[in-house]
Amino acid sequence: MAFPLLSLIVFIPAAGAAVLMLLRNDDQVRWTALGVTVLDFALCIVMLAGFDTTTHEMQFTETRPWVPALGITYALGIDGISALFVFLTALLGWICVLASWVAIDRKVKEFMVSLLAMQALMLGVFCALDLFLFYVFWEAMLIPMYVIIGVWGGDGRVYAAFKFFLYTLAGSLLFLIGVIVLYFHGGETFDIRALMAQDLPFRVQSWLFFAFLIAFAVKVPMVPVHTWLPDAHVQAPTAGSIILAGVLLKMGAYGFLRFSLPMLPEASLYYSTLMLSLSALAIVYGGLLALAQDDLKKLVAYSSISHMGFVTLGIFTLNLRGLEGGILQMFNHGVTTGALFLFVGLIYERTHSRSIADYGGLMKAAPVYTAFLALFTLSSMALPGTNSFVGELLVLSGAFAANLAVGAAAVLGALLGAAYLLGMYRKVALGPASIGVRFKIRDVNARELVAILPLAVFVLWVGLYPKPFLNIIGPSVRHLLTQVHSNGGGQ
Amino acid sequence: MDPVISIRPLLAVAVAGLAALAVLVLNNREKLRDLVSPLAAIAMFAIVASMAPTVLAGGTVDLRLFEILPGIDFAFRVDALGMVFATVSSLLWIVAAIYSIGYMRHLNEHAQTRFFACFAASLAAAVGGAFAANLFTLVIFYEVLSLVTYPLVYHHEDEEGWTGSRKYLVYLMGASKSVLLAALALTYHLAGSLDFVPGGLLAGVDASPALMTVVYFCYLFGFAKAAVMPMHAWLPAAMVAPTPVSALLHAVAVVKMGVFCVLRVVFHVFGTGLVDGLGLGIATAYLVSFTILMASIYALTRDDLKARLAYSTVSQLSYIVLGAVLLSPVAMVGGIIHIAAHAFSKITLFFCAGSIYCASGKRNISDMAGIGRRLPWTMGAFFVASLSMIGVPPTGGFVSKWYLALGSVEAGEIAFLVVLLVSSVLNAAYFLPVSYVAFFGTETQESPATVREIPMVTIPLVATAILSVSMGIFPGYFLTLAEGVVR
Repeated sequence: MAFPLLSLIVFIPAAGAAVLMLLRNDDQVRWTALGVTVLDFALCIVMLAGFDTTTHEMQFTETRPWVPALGITYALGIDGISALFVFLTALLGWICVLASWVAIDRKVKEFMVSLLAMQALMLGVFCALDLFLFYVFWEAMLIPMYVIIGVWGGDGRVYAAFKFFLYTLAGSLLFLIGVIVLYFHGGETFDIRALMAQDLPFRVQSWLFFAFLIAFAVKVPMVPVHTWLPDAHVQAPTAGSIILAGVLLKMGAYGFLRFSLPMLPEASLYYSTLMLSLSALAIVYGGLLALAQDDLKKLVAYSSISHMGFVTLGIFTLNLRGLEGGILQMFNHGVTTGALFLFVGLIYERTHSRSIADYGGLMKAAPVYTAFLALFTLSSMALPGTNSFVGELLVLSGAFAANLAVGAAAVLGALLGAAYLLGMYRKVALGPASIGVRFKIRDVNARELVAILPLAVFVLWVGLYPKPFLNIIGPSVRHLLTQVHSNGGGQ
Repeated sequence: MDPVISIRPLLAVAVAGLAALAVLVLNNREKLRDLVSPLAAIAMFAIVASMAPTVLAGGTVDLRLFEILPGIDFAFRVDALGMVFATVSSLLWIVAAIYSIGYMRHLNEHAQTRFFACFAASLAAAVGGAFAANLFTLVIFYEVLSLVTYPLVYHHEDEEGWTGSRKYLVYLMGASKSVLLAALALTYHLAGSLDFVPGGLLAGVDASPALMTVVYFCYLFGFAKAAVMPMHAWLPAAMVAPTPVSALLHAVAVVKMGVFCVLRVVFHVFGTGLVDGLGLGIATAYLVSFTILMASIYALTRDDLKARLAYSTVSQLSYIVLGAVLLSPVAMVGGIIHIAAHAFSKITLFFCAGSIYCASGKRNISDMAGIGRRLPWTMGAFFVASLSMIGVPPTGGFVSKWYLALGSVEAGEIAFLVVLLVSSVLNAAYFLPVSYVAFFGTETQESPATVREIPMVTIPLVATAILSVSMGIFPGYFLTLAEGVVR
């Protein structure tokens, strides 16, 4: 059997969490957590270096029997789509540790344990090739996330954590039912690859499609099941927000890509117009909500709804450009919105205010901070030359091919994005100085810069030279399209 | 003729980009910092000029850097149209760099480092756009230009500055994040590429005429820097910027980037054949004629000299678009050379407005009575540039208007000949009174003796006035390039 690289990547954070429990000193805890996450990230780079971009087949696969009687195996493997998100998760992992360095000052050990547990489970979700194993990781993620929001969150943390838990649990229950139905209709196996090859009757596909839709839509989140998101984001500590926006929201979209499209191709094609419309609704509605916010965190949270609308829009165009753009936008949103939450956290640590009205003229007080904030703001509004523009252009181009009206609505969302993001930046960074004078604000320090720089690199790298990223996902996307269109009867 | 592969297009952009960085680094060493811009400008002009022989001979200079998306490269291609824009921008940067130093020092302006850094970066963006080989590359530079000019517009950081700059950004970004974005996505969807193709990228594409028409107008209004009404309101708002910015950027680099993009779309994305086939040429011609006349009428009513010049610019930009969409070769040549003719004259006029402001603190025309006696060089240059704007021989403005007029006759559209003539009369009506008042008006009270020419400000504006006239006498360079585009 080959070297179990994926198991290592998934379980190193878990092992790290176990080690942390033995430590007593907060600084030791921080440095150990950082070491573990950096090691995990290094392994991911090794993984990408050995990743074969010429095939859509699952790579680095590991299979061990687990519960043979039920056909449950411990199976891991990645294709181009999951590889990108394993990488993103590991990247944000150590950035989260850095972002919590001083922001978390009580129960540091418990926090870092939750963070590492969360990371292990998220990586597990992206690597799992067995539906049951996937479900275990998927459900277990709820616990550390609930704890991170509920213990280290803001004043309304208990309400927010509970709301988050209820919404996702409700979605997950439907998912569980779907999994069981799939198990019995799909030849009593949990093997994801085998299930993809099944040709289910359209009626079953339809029911499963809606069960999955609700489960995944809550995670994305799509309008109208999005209301947990702003609460969770506002209350969560910075690292929690980064994980939520950077990785957790991607799980829903990943669910569509891994289950709905390949396993339920007929239903996916049949309901694609519905999904496109829901996505366009999320884009515009999320944008309008963001426009009305005074709270920085809420603004970024609502912008996520709009941006994730672009992701689901791209996915359900069911054409090459749309899908590639949607997946690239998932990665871009993780980088950019993760960075924006980091920036909100950084300034909150200094001023203890998230209200845009309190700010103004920050450029004078913290030039480096505002310069990088400009970069990520522009990236979020998809300025040409940044990562999101490439994704947005692909998604829109795919959307116009699929449905002109939906494409036009999405463009309206892009305009709204420019409005609320530039408006936010103008009020915070420019204009007459307000809070920058009242408080002595120090600019970013070296630790914070280390967390910011890699994200900035990806903004420009994907923006100008997205080829390596498109090469990774390319074969898998093309394969996914053949699965949808040949099995779904389209084209 | 095979394209010449060369790194020079990138070098031209890099020189200005590095100059911006150098200015930032030399923040505290004022003398050295101020030396950077003129030197970079000369270097940039030399690089641009070194490519001129190839382009004049009908060739192109190419540099393909890397692939961004399938069918989209990050690539430069220096062709005749780009050469017109790049020559004008880089040549005038030399003059404007010297003028800026004189202006900023005389007024003891704050944030001069930011000013000069953004100024250099704007030039990098403008020339990058001129040399872009496809829409994607062009749009990157187009947006960078919007961003780096934004701090120049809010430069004074007062109430007026924030309001004006906000309008500036809202119009430019609003247009590019809505209709321009849609146009790009639709073009990529229809053609699978965003390259500039002689004869038109979309020429052979099978799509409904209605959709094509929508895409066309999305481009026309999406490139809001071209200031075709109703997307013009940002330009007068941008006049809150210091005068050197209004001069080089809002009379040359930024606005010409706008019309340049529109010309690219007409010539190399749609192609004149398709524009004609869809019946869009005449429709656009009426639209821009409205802009030409309306903006001139606005200009008549403005007493603030810079505001009058801004509306005049709105009007003159539409001449350029008009020339292109009349679709007759002569008119197209007229439109293209008007890029240069308008640039030389309008920068002179703005320089003069700045010179008056530096010397006397005056902004309103009604306060300028008799100022010509104190500032004879400035107001003399103003008069010469006014003549070029009106189109009096032997100035550059005469040549381009001559071609435009001849072109509208050739196109069989006499209506536009009338538009050109009426607008020339309007030009005279809002420019000549300024000179008249300055030279023959009686001062209510005599200006103090401190009102006198400032050499570092006056010399550049005399130089650009001379350029305006020389272009009328030796139009060969720009005519050859323009004929190269049309051919």
